[in-house]
Amino acid sequence: MTGERPSPPARFEPVSDGDLRIAEVPFRTQVNLRLDPGGPAAGDIGRALGVPLPAEPGTYGSADVDVLWLGPDEWLVVGEPGRERELETRLRDAAGTGHVAVTDVSAQRTTLLVAGPKARDLLAHGCALDLHPRVFGPGRCAQTMLARAQVLLVARDGDEFMVLVRPSFAGYLVAWLLDAAAEYVSGQPG
Amino acid sequence: MLIPCPWCGPRDEAEFHYGGQAHVAYPADPAALSDAEWARYLFFRDNPKGPFAERWSHAAGCRRWFNVVRDTATNEIHAVYRAGGQRPVSP
Repeated sequence: MTGERPSPPARFEPVSDGDLRIAEVPFRTQVNLRLDPGGPAAGDIGRALGVPLPAEPGTYGSADVDVLWLGPDEWLVVGEPGRERELETRLRDAAGTGHVAVTDVSAQRTTLLVAGPKARDLLAHGCALDLHPRVFGPGRCAQTMLARAQVLLVARDGDEFMVLVRPSFAGYLVAWLLDAAAEYVSGQPG
Repeated sequence: MLIPCPWCGPRDEAEFHYGGQAHVAYPADPAALSDAEWARYLFFRDNPKGPFAERWSHAAGCRRWFNVVRDTATNEIHAVYRAGGQRPVSP
C-alpha cells in the first residue's frame, strides 16, 4: 500500500558508504500524546505501551514503539508504518475517560535515517547541539534546528540517528545533507 | 546568546521566540478601566537598562513558555524560572 504513496524526498538516491548511510524511512506511524504526567492516566498509558512515559527531558523509551519526550506534558509515540488506527485505539482505550489528547500526526513528519561513524560529524555541520555520545547517546532525543530546519533528532544504538522533519522541509534538508556529506562519501565529487 | 530552557537546557537563541515583559497582570475587571488605563495595560512596558524579567518561548524545542531575567545591557542571564513562578530576588 505504502508503495503507491508519494513521499516528498523520495526522489533522492539513498547514500550507502562504509562510514555513512542516508536514507528515507517514510510513513512511520506517529501519535501525539498530551496528558498530565502526574495524573492517573499516565500509568495506564505507560502499561498499555509497555514502557513508562519518559519523564526526563530529551529522552525516549522503547517497546514495540518508541515514546519520545516532546515536553513536560507531551510525547510522540512512533511505530512502524500502517499502525495509526491500532495505536490510537490502544491509547484511547488506556486513557478511558481521563483528560488525555491522542492525535494521529503521522503526516506531520517524515523520517530520515542518518547512520554510520560519520553521522555525528555530518549532523554537527548544521546543528548547535553537542552530539558527543557522552551527551547525546542512545536513548536521547531532542527537538532542535538542523540547517535552520526544525527537526526532531533521535539517537539510537550503533551511531544511528532518526531525523524527523516536516515534509515541506524534507526536500531542502535532504539536499543540504547530501551536500554536507560530500566530504565523507567516497567517489562523490567533493 | 545561549538561553537555558528550564526543560531542554542551554540552547541557541535562534530556537526561541520573545514574549515581552513578564508579570504584566491582566486587569481583574477590564470593563471598569478607563480608555487611558486600558491603553496603559496594553501598550506601556518597562524599558530598563539592566535586569529585566521577560517571557520567552522555546519555539523550536519543547514549545513551553518560561521567564528569564536578562540584563538588557550585557545580555547576561541572571535567572530562568517557569511560567507562573515568582521572580527570584536578585542577589
